[in-house]
Amino acid sequence: MRRIGIDVGGTNTDAVLIDEGKVIRAVKAPTSQDVTTGILDSLRGLAATGVLKGRQIDAVMIGTTHFVNAVIQRRNLTKVAALRLGMPAAASLPPFCDWPEDLAAVVRGGIWMVEGGHEYDGRPFMPLDEAAVIKAAAEMKAAGLKSVGISAIFSPLDPSHERRAAELVAEVLPGANITCSCDLGRIGLLERENAGLLNAALADLARDTIAAFEQAMGESGIAAPLFITQNDGTVAEARQARRLPVYSFASGATNSMRGAAYLSGLQDAMVVDVGGTTTDVGQLKHGFPREANSVVEVGGVRTLFRMPDLWTFGLGGGSHVELDPVKVGPISVGYRLLTEGLAFGGRQLTATDIAIAAGMLVLGDKSQVEHLDAATCQKVLLEAARMADEAIDRMKTEAGDVLLIAVGGGAFLIPERLPGVSRVIHVEHGDCANAVGAAIAQVSGECDQIFKDLPRVEALSAAQAIANDRAVAAGAARATLKTIESEDMPLAYLPGNSVRVRVRVVGDVAAN
Amino acid sequence: MPLRDITLDDIESLAVGAWILGTGGGGSPYLGLLNMRVLYKEGYRVRLMPASELADDDWVAAVSAMGAPLVLQERLTDSRTIARAVELIERHTGCRFGGIMALEIGGGNSLQPLMAAAHLKLPVIDADMMGRAYPEAQMTSAAVGDLKPCPLATVDVRGLESIVEKVPTWKWMERISRKICVEYGSIASTCKAPRTGAEVKKWGIHGTTTKAIAIGHAVREAQRRHDDPVAAILSVEPGKILFRGKVVDVERRATEGFLRGRAKLDGAEDDRGSMLEIAFQNEWIVAWRNGKPIAMSPDLICVLDSVAGEAVGTETIRYGQRVTVVALPPPPVFLSEKGLQHVGPRAFGYDLDFRSVFAA
Repeated sequence: MRRIGIDVGGTNTDAVLIDEGKVIRAVKAPTSQDVTTGILDSLRGLAATGVLKGRQIDAVMIGTTHFVNAVIQRRNLTKVAALRLGMPAAASLPPFCDWPEDLAAVVRGGIWMVEGGHEYDGRPFMPLDEAAVIKAAAEMKAAGLKSVGISAIFSPLDPSHERRAAELVAEVLPGANITCSCDLGRIGLLERENAGLLNAALADLARDTIAAFEQAMGESGIAAPLFITQNDGTVAEARQARRLPVYSFASGATNSMRGAAYLSGLQDAMVVDVGGTTTDVGQLKHGFPREANSVVEVGGVRTLFRMPDLWTFGLGGGSHVELDPVKVGPISVGYRLLTEGLAFGGRQLTATDIAIAAGMLVLGDKSQVEHLDAATCQKVLLEAARMADEAIDRMKTEAGDVLLIAVGGGAFLIPERLPGVSRVIHVEHGDCANAVGAAIAQVSGECDQIFKDLPRVEALSAAQAIANDRAVAAGAARATLKTIESEDMPLAYLPGNSVRVRVRVVGDVAAN
Repeated sequence: MPLRDITLDDIESLAVGAWILGTGGGGSPYLGLLNMRVLYKEGYRVRLMPASELADDDWVAAVSAMGAPLVLQERLTDSRTIARAVELIERHTGCRFGGIMALEIGGGNSLQPLMAAAHLKLPVIDADMMGRAYPEAQMTSAAVGDLKPCPLATVDVRGLESIVEKVPTWKWMERISRKICVEYGSIASTCKAPRTGAEVKKWGIHGTTTKAIAIGHAVREAQRRHDDPVAAILSVEPGKILFRGKVVDVERRATEGFLRGRAKLDGAEDDRGSMLEIAFQNEWIVAWRNGKPIAMSPDLICVLDSVAGEAVGTETIRYGQRVTVVALPPPPVFLSEKGLQHVGPRAFGYDLDFRSVFAA
């Protein structure tokens, strides 16, 4: 397999070529306002090295922070009609009820709540009020809304009401972008509905961004299927990512961790990813980041996304350094390092300057930092190591020493020895680990469902079959599927033997 | 009458404090909190009245939601439903309520009386019947006091309404009402048998809403100042730290409609080298340090996130979490021989003589 992985970050767009499991070349280009130019520049950078000649490229995988930034910065969002099927339940907590007001004001196009939804045991909670759905759709049309988020009580267990409502809305609003909450998984109406509404709000941006990706691909002359990386370290085909952009919210950190696993050859280890401003610490299990279990807030909105469980703290290559007393971060010069750092003719002492003075990095003008003696440098580096150690200890899930992979542009701040760490591993191309992670991403499928009165083993295998089918639908080759997470949770207060099962499988991208 | 206005900030604190008093169960107060934010935005207000101000012949409604927290996650909570349960009992018995109290101050049920009180324009009585969360209907001070268990009203958001008119014991009330709740879809809003002011003064556990607000306020203030939230809790409550450590194993099973299991903690800091094991039945019930029981119901065993100070529930506790285990003193009503029959370790199947963390 020959694949190109691209990471469109806030500062740089990185591209790597991987061939038969080896990183052939990695390049960096500045990220551009229009996205397309930055990607084209990085692809041209790759092409200029001559590595793209010869055999064709099998796939291009792009990771981007575009969608999550849109939500955080409240821009490029589409007005959304919220349709909830669940009346008369929770009329006092309508859609958007727990959103920050400034974001709700941008996204909320109207709220419709009609009868429908199911019970945990599959009985209808109320029959679907189809006439009310049709009336709501007519009102959405009159209001000029073209993006719709539909949610229903217990739709992960029985999606039929959401699906039927989507059909009815589509008849009245042909061409509307409709998100059904059941496509976003988990139990928890408010959080699932929020995810659906965010997804619907990203409809136009997803269409434009992915069109920009496709345009860059077309202009680069690379004829290969395009995939977009997702929060959980897997990819979706571009057309699916266009439909479910929220799944590609937070892929940057995940890609770094997956890249770290790949570059080091380790499946189970801690990863520390030191960027310019912040450092993420996470844990790899079976080559994938361990996911956060609890509610994840994005731009102030509660969701239940599949997100890596990360601890983030203010240490990076651009961190401001104070010497008396010694303090590193959390403030950083960020992407202005190359103008504001001492070694680059600027006035701000940064962590990178310390590394240059200590002879760990050959960069910039060393004479600008010669006044920093070895003892001073040592003190600062020890402080950075202490910060990293504290974060690593916090994220450990078992006693005893662990393996630690250090990646990212600031990985030089992680020393070779740390308490509680058996070995620190620095890897070649570690500064482009995120683009490497994109290049090696797989396809996943998940099932999170309640099973009643089934023996545990049968419930697990039923969930497994559903997860497998979903992975194949998302573009995975069935023969390569393997289960990476399987957990069951007996449910208190529910009669019978109710058990909630969550299974996640991954597989390689199927050949076209 | 010395009624005190409850501010929205008090309610934010109540949600945090009640979750801690939930001792691992009781469901998250988040949905009740959201409802109260909406109600306060619409101009509704709630006032708090000390139980001591009740006249002997006042009527008080004790309310709670019963059922599966998971169903709440999907059906959410409509603030009017609990008010309807109160109205149903009033219609059925003809009594007029002068105030509304919580059955259970621990967890989500702490917010139920506030929602009912907002709609019905009645004061919230500063008392409950558990002082924490417990899984069953007979695990209350009212049951310890042999107060009448019936009638009980259950309603659901679709308009279903039932009255359990007559049962001989609280155990029977638990069995019958649980069946109704399951048929509703495993969630029901309930108004218990009306209590007189005299009964609440004698058998109610007083001041628990104020206590939950104070605990929550201490935690939120500590978070804001980046102080130690666990120390902040102990500055407002005479509790004791039992253990600091990391969760290394969680085992769960559902039996008879309850979530039972154990969590194992590996000690850190002063407790390095020790293990703590805590058994739960929806709530934390017994804790063993290196195999020796050191805390048990009715002492409150609270597992807290060591950094945020917020409660860690039995449904959400997971491998790797850094937690601090704190014991808080139990309501005295549960320390009598009869009280221990209802909520002591043997009521949960542990053949242990109760010994309080707070015994001299």
